[in-house]
Parts: sequence; C-alpha cells; structure tokens
Amino acid sequence: MTAIEVTVNGRRYREVVEPRLLASDFLRHTLGLTGTHVGCEHGVCGACSVRVDGAAVRSCLLLAVQLDGAEVRTVEGLAPEGELTPLQAAFRETHALQCGFCTPGILMAASELLEADGPPTRAEITDLLSGHLCRCTGYEPIVEAIARAAGTAPS
Amino acid sequence: MKPVPLEYRRVESVEEAVSALAEGGTEAKVLAGGQSFVPMLNMRIARPALLVDVNRVPGLDGIATANGHLRVGAMCRQRALERSALARERCPLLASCLPFVGHVATRNRGTVGGSIAHADAAAELPLALVALGGSAVAESPGGRRTIPADDLFVSYFTTALEPDELLVETVWPAARPGEGFAFEELALRHGDYALSMAACVLRVEGGVVAEVRLVVGAVAARATVVDVPLVGRAVDVAAAQEAAEAARAAVAPSGHLHASADYLRHVTGVLAERAVLRAWEGAA
Repeated sequence: MTAIEVTVNGRRYREVVEPRLLASDFLRHTLGLTGTHVGCEHGVCGACSVRVDGAAVRSCLLLAVQLDGAEVRTVEGLAPEGELTPLQAAFRETHALQCGFCTPGILMAASELLEADGPPTRAEITDLLSGHLCRCTGYEPIVEAIARAAGTAPS
Repeated sequence: MKPVPLEYRRVESVEEAVSALAEGGTEAKVLAGGQSFVPMLNMRIARPALLVDVNRVPGLDGIATANGHLRVGAMCRQRALERSALARERCPLLASCLPFVGHVATRNRGTVGGSIAHADAAAELPLALVALGGSAVAESPGGRRTIPADDLFVSYFTTALEPDELLVETVWPAARPGEGFAFEELALRHGDYALSMAACVLRVEGGVVAEVRLVVGAVAARATVVDVPLVGRAVDVAAAQEAAEAARAAVAPSGHLHASADYLRHVTGVLAERAVLRAWEGAA
C-alpha cells in the first residue's frame, strides 16, 4: 500500500492505495466522485477523461499512485453546485447528450480545448471527438455545443 | 479489467531506473506514458511483478537539435512534440505523423520513447524512425549505447532493448535541402490503429531522385523497407505505380476482421504510391 496526497477539484485528499488501483477507480470508489464514468478501461471510449495538471487524460490509463502530488479536475469541479459552465449550458441547449454516459469525458476534454489559444476550428473539435465514443447523439449536437461555447456558432 | 497485484517504484533518475530494472529482471517493466501498456495491464496481457515509473525522472523530456538531428527525450509527451515548432521545421515527416497517433487525450500522456519501445507494428512513430534512418539511445547499468532503428525493431512488440535497458532518447535525422517527405495512413476511424501506412523520404538532385526510402507498416511484423528502383529517375505516376507494386510484393499481411489480406496488400500499394508522389512533389 502506498500513501498519496492529491488535490481533486480544489480539495486535498490523503489516501492509502494499492499500487494497482486505477485512477478512475480511485476517483469513483475511494473518493466517491462518480461523475467520472468508466466505459472500456483500455483508453478507447474516452468516458473516464479527467484533467491532470491541466491536461485531459484517460483516468483508466493512470494508476492512482501516479496522481501523488497532482492537481486533478473532474466533471464535478467544472461549475459550482447548481450551476453550469457555458460549455455545459451549450450541451443542454443543443441536446448534446441523451444517456449522458460519455458526457463527463467529453466535457473535460473540450474544456482543455476551449482554454487553448483562440477558438477551435470545426476540424479541431471533430478531431477531439474522435477520442470519445457517443452512441446516442451522432456527434453533430456535440460539435455544435462546443462551437457555441467557443463563440464560433450562432446560439 | 484490473491489473494484477504488483509492486510499484517511482524512480527519480535514470541510474535508479536501470538499477531497479536490473534487480527486477524480466519481471520488471518500465511505466512511461502508459497509453498502450496500461491497457495491457488492465487486460492482464502484461503481468509484471514490478513497475518502474519513470514519469518523474527529470531531464528526459527535451526537444533539441544537434549535428543535423532532432533529439527527443524518451519521456517527451507526443502532444508536446506535435506542438513543437522546432520539430515541425526540422523534422516534417515526424510532425506529419504525430496527429495520427491515438487521440489528443492519449497524446497528452503518451510518450515518444514509450511508443518506440513498445514497437507496435501498427504504430506511426516506429515507422517514421525507420523511414528517417534514426536511432534510439538506451542506458543500462553497463553504460549507454545507440541502436539504429533498423536494428532496434525486431518483431511484433519486440525490440533489441535488453530487460535492464532504459530507452532515454530518440534521434531523428533533420530535413536536408532537396528532401521531400510524406506519410499516408488508412484507418477505420481517425486515431484508430492503422490498417496500413506508408512513409517516404526522398532527396532530389538535378531533377532526379538521388536517395529514396519507402517504408510500409501495419502489414508486417515491423516497419518494412521497400526496395524501389527510383534513383536517377524523375518520379511520374508510372514510377510511383512501380513503387506501389514493389510495396505490395514486400509484404504478406494476414487478413483480419476488418480487412482481407488481398485488400491490405492492395491498400499498401495505394498508400505507397501516394507517399512517393507527395514526397517527390515536396522535394522538387
């Protein structure tokens, strides 16, 4: 067992974990942050994407012990309780989700894209979404939502 | 879909890493970006007793040029190299294949050295290293050695690296005057593993090909160099089609769920033809 200290959504946690524990399971089971969804556990579906020290990464491809000292942001940390970020609001407006399973991962990845210099092009948005499986929407509303949040699509 | 119980060691230096690897022997594995390796852990295809995590070793993520080469630290994230103006300017072939490596979120974490050491037959970076005639630098308790790409890649997921060796740097020959480059890939969806791919490096002098290297991948156990009789000639469609035939003859792909062997062989020729033509256009 290994002791780790990690900041998640601004709150500091000290936990003792087994080295083989995946970061995704650490967030969900140890910390109870079940907004991070676990789909494929081999890096394909993108549902478990979170931000680690700013970078959007697959939490199923990280070990919890690797988070020691890191600053993690999950979907729970995007907006204060009861509020939505402009990106989340755009998802709601454009019906960019139905079952919502893929949504947290896409929100975390898109939040990184929206923080980059300049608004993303449509090609950059679809390139980003190539790393996320959504079986409900057909992706078009998601592209629209991200473009709206970036201010590049009429709202 | 969870890794086997294992011991984890986070090392702070190359020396510490190679001594841990030497101690652990074949039961020890290096954990770099983990974008291919952690899936293998999760599926228990890999069941190491010891993980040596090199993510916090300082000084392994540099991007620099020296003596006509781009030198990339093993732990340089693929995304960092993709965004590097130096890499784009000095090593256009490498830059053009990086967007095909997985997805943004996997490139954020995946490393250049990890992809090379993993030696997936369908991976873009090993193909580019072979096409450019680059090399890898490995360190072990016995010292440091440089391994040319042609010797490094042995077969599927197999390199010439010894169990106690750590890949610390990859070396990519920089573009020279008169050189053109092209990378072509076919995958079912962008970011998926390639069904087939081709890379061409071609140098033109006095209106004809002075040097050419055509390499195809994902259709053999490792990146395969195709012998193409283009030196001394100008490249036109007929010449590129000859290269395509040579590429088809050089590989013996196995068919799989997504494509038959005949289809893969055909596509490999198409990609080779396009790569040769585009490299020629870029050089001329």
